[in-house]
Amino acid sequence: MSERAVMRSPLGRAVGLGSAKEGVQHWWAQRLTALALVPLLLWFVAGLVAHIGADRAAVVRWLGAPLPAIAMALLLIAGLYHMALGVQVVIEDYVHTEWVKLTALVVDRFAALVLAVAGLFAVLRIALGG
Amino acid sequence: MTPAPRPLAPHLSIYKPQLTSVLSISHRATGVALAVGTVLLVWWLLAAASGGDAFAAAQRFWGSWLGMLLLFGWTFSLFFHLCNGIRHLLWDAGWGFELGQTYVSGWVVVAASAALTIVAWIAGLVVWVPQ
Repeated sequence: MSERAVMRSPLGRAVGLGSAKEGVQHWWAQRLTALALVPLLLWFVAGLVAHIGADRAAVVRWLGAPLPAIAMALLLIAGLYHMALGVQVVIEDYVHTEWVKLTALVVDRFAALVLAVAGLFAVLRIALGG
Repeated sequence: MTPAPRPLAPHLSIYKPQLTSVLSISHRATGVALAVGTVLLVWWLLAAASGGDAFAAAQRFWGSWLGMLLLFGWTFSLFFHLCNGIRHLLWDAGWGFELGQTYVSGWVVVAASAALTIVAWIAGLVVWVPQ
């Protein structure tokens, strides 16, 4: 093997050997959900503050109305998708034991899906006669 | 194949903490905190959907000192992650990369997230206390 080949960096050796070609999709989805979450979260925090100490009937009146129910559903979908993507990056950056990393990535995705389905079920039940 | 020894960048622990690096890691830390918070958000929604007893139990928890402490932490985490997230989106759009600009935007994020947290809690206490 020539001296020149040995001096090549790991990146230099890997370039051109192909990629998963999924990085942009992850990056773009993280930004799109971030953009959606800006107005949704401002609305949600304002609504929560307005309902501090409120009884269940008042909260159901708020979140059960069509527009708030739709906004809450969108917030859950965008927020939990954003969470799954963000936590995935943290796991990939800091967890280096392969089986622990794989387990954590699976738990991340499953947790996001379970929380989204449970949250959407709750919103539907509130909106459609809870 | 063993790569030739190559110069390494100084390790992170050598650097004195700077606003830019502290905000960067804080973005991750608050993101992870908010991820944990989604569990309690969904629990609260399920309680509201379930009935009076479940909702009353959830409200009792949020009214306790532990609940309020968690809420305060999540309020700040949310506003910080939101403000710094907008800073990141502006960077993604190509704005604000000069060193001076990153410090100005960094301090704006710190001030805005602190101010929004205080405003939200004062507004919340105004709503809550008369009851």
